[in-house]
Amino acid sequence: MQDEPQLYDYLPSIDRPKIHWPGAARVAVWVAPNIEHYEYDPPANPVRTAMPRPAPDLNWLTLRDYGNRAGVWRMMEVMDRYAVKGSVSLNVGVCDHYPEIIEACVERGWELFSHGVYNTRYLHGMDAAQQRALIQDAKDTIYKASGQPLTGWLSPALSNNPDTMELLSEADVLYTADLMHDDQPLPVKLNTGKKFISLPYSLEINDYTCLVLKRMTPRRYTEAIRDQFDQLYEEGADNPQVMCIPLHPWLIGLPHRVREFDETLKYITRHDKVWMATGREIAQWYATHHYDNVSRAIAARKD
Amino acid sequence: MSLPASYMEYPRRARGMDHDRYDYTSLFRRPSVRWPDGARIALVVVPVLEWFPLDMVPAQMTVKAVGGMERPYPDYWNYTTRDYGTRVGVYRIFKVLEDLGIPASVAINSRLAVRHPFLLREITRRNWEVVGHGLDMRHVAHGKTPEDQERQWITEALAQLRQASGQPVRGWLSPMQSESHHTPDLLREQGVDYTLDWNQDDLPVRMNTRAGAVYGVPYALDVNDRQSMLDFNLSNADYVEQLLDAFTTLWREAADHGGRVMAISAHSWLTGQPHRIRAFRQALQVMCGHSGVWPTTYGRMLDAYRPQE
Repeated sequence: MQDEPQLYDYLPSIDRPKIHWPGAARVAVWVAPNIEHYEYDPPANPVRTAMPRPAPDLNWLTLRDYGNRAGVWRMMEVMDRYAVKGSVSLNVGVCDHYPEIIEACVERGWELFSHGVYNTRYLHGMDAAQQRALIQDAKDTIYKASGQPLTGWLSPALSNNPDTMELLSEADVLYTADLMHDDQPLPVKLNTGKKFISLPYSLEINDYTCLVLKRMTPRRYTEAIRDQFDQLYEEGADNPQVMCIPLHPWLIGLPHRVREFDETLKYITRHDKVWMATGREIAQWYATHHYDNVSRAIAARKD
Repeated sequence: MSLPASYMEYPRRARGMDHDRYDYTSLFRRPSVRWPDGARIALVVVPVLEWFPLDMVPAQMTVKAVGGMERPYPDYWNYTTRDYGTRVGVYRIFKVLEDLGIPASVAINSRLAVRHPFLLREITRRNWEVVGHGLDMRHVAHGKTPEDQERQWITEALAQLRQASGQPVRGWLSPMQSESHHTPDLLREQGVDYTLDWNQDDLPVRMNTRAGAVYGVPYALDVNDRQSMLDFNLSNADYVEQLLDAFTTLWREAADHGGRVMAISAHSWLTGQPHRIRAFRQALQVMCGHSGVWPTTYGRMLDAYRPQE
């Protein structure tokens, strides 16, 4: 084991090159629904147990099933209302199990990126060949379902190995959402010679951490999202920022929460210096306009 | 290090669920359901009445019963707090329902019904529905429970409740909503029509069993009083707001998509507490003040649903 990720160098927020977004936006906002499949009876992983009870853990399972039957459709309705495109953190198995969900995403021009095959299959313990097979599976499955290339990655249940990013970059993936170290995209240090970007995701305003782990009420949660937005919007006047709203249909799509989601998007989209974008759009913009410049600034740092 | 090859294989990766109980359907593509008098919401209130035996040993349980004994024997702290619900709390809940003219589907451990015939009569004399809730909170089935043992538990629980109530007892809530792989089969074989354990969406969902169809019915998913009051410790205001937000979403949705079911759980030892009961009353008052709300039981709701399937 190593004592730090060795994926990036220190670049303090107050001492770095300025970046810019289309339309002189202060904040690029991307909404990332995690559309997932959790297996009824998942295989054992040496490091991690999928659910608290022996299968079938209905409390755990059917809430997630509810997300795919009801929650995801409610989310789409809300996002359509504010013309917000999703960037789907996708368990690609969903393409096989529930193709109608994928068709609805594709119709809306949403981005599909990979969140593994199932949320009950972790990368923990996989060797490089197994991870390559998983990445290739994601690539093929997303392409077949949507015609889209695989541009981004969020590891299933955020399970990573030290070599995972290297393998993603080898496979021409452009961005990862697994690193929480910044509010701007940044280059990731790899040996592939290719551009590979960490795109800000969030565990601070993720509905899973807020609603499940921190047990926030729907109003307290969306207040946190608005506070986050207000602060980044202010700071973005000086150096533009990224804000991700990571969501799960089985949490935000429930009847007692979906109205608050509506209020949140209404609030954010009425600001004029916001770039409502997909993960791919932000990553590609950054790769084209800022990646080299920021990489040089990092390389030149002495402290 | 690597994982076994089987970890990279997905034998059930195909259209639909990875089990055979039911098919995948979007709630919004299901045929519109019409409730009696054109109601938008079938509102089912579910008082939950439980017995946690004093000599139960949670450490020996694979799925622990929340509310069970946790302290050195005799754990009066937990036993009597739960028993408060049976002696006092439950009658507060019943009074609210009676005041508002709302029926109930009452989930009750069979051994509790046998211990307190008075309590059971308070349910049956109002013609409320008795829903099976296992033997008691010590007998929690799970994925590793032998089928024969579970069959015995279910058979005994249903026999006790049917005999004591004179009702057919068509519904079931597993203790801790915890099922084995066989539970729906065993329930159907014992003449049960529906289970509260699944909660697939906001309508009944027909499930396959080896003995015919059993229905999964909506049951307070993520707004259960045990989660809200105990796990999340919501204030009364937050709890009411949450229930009403859920209600409003379903009520609006029903205008375009047809009837919905909303269920509210009320554990006697939680919702029945003096500092909680007003939240329960307040939420129900607001809901019943809306047009298009049909306060009913699961049995009647299911009877209205099945011909429309």
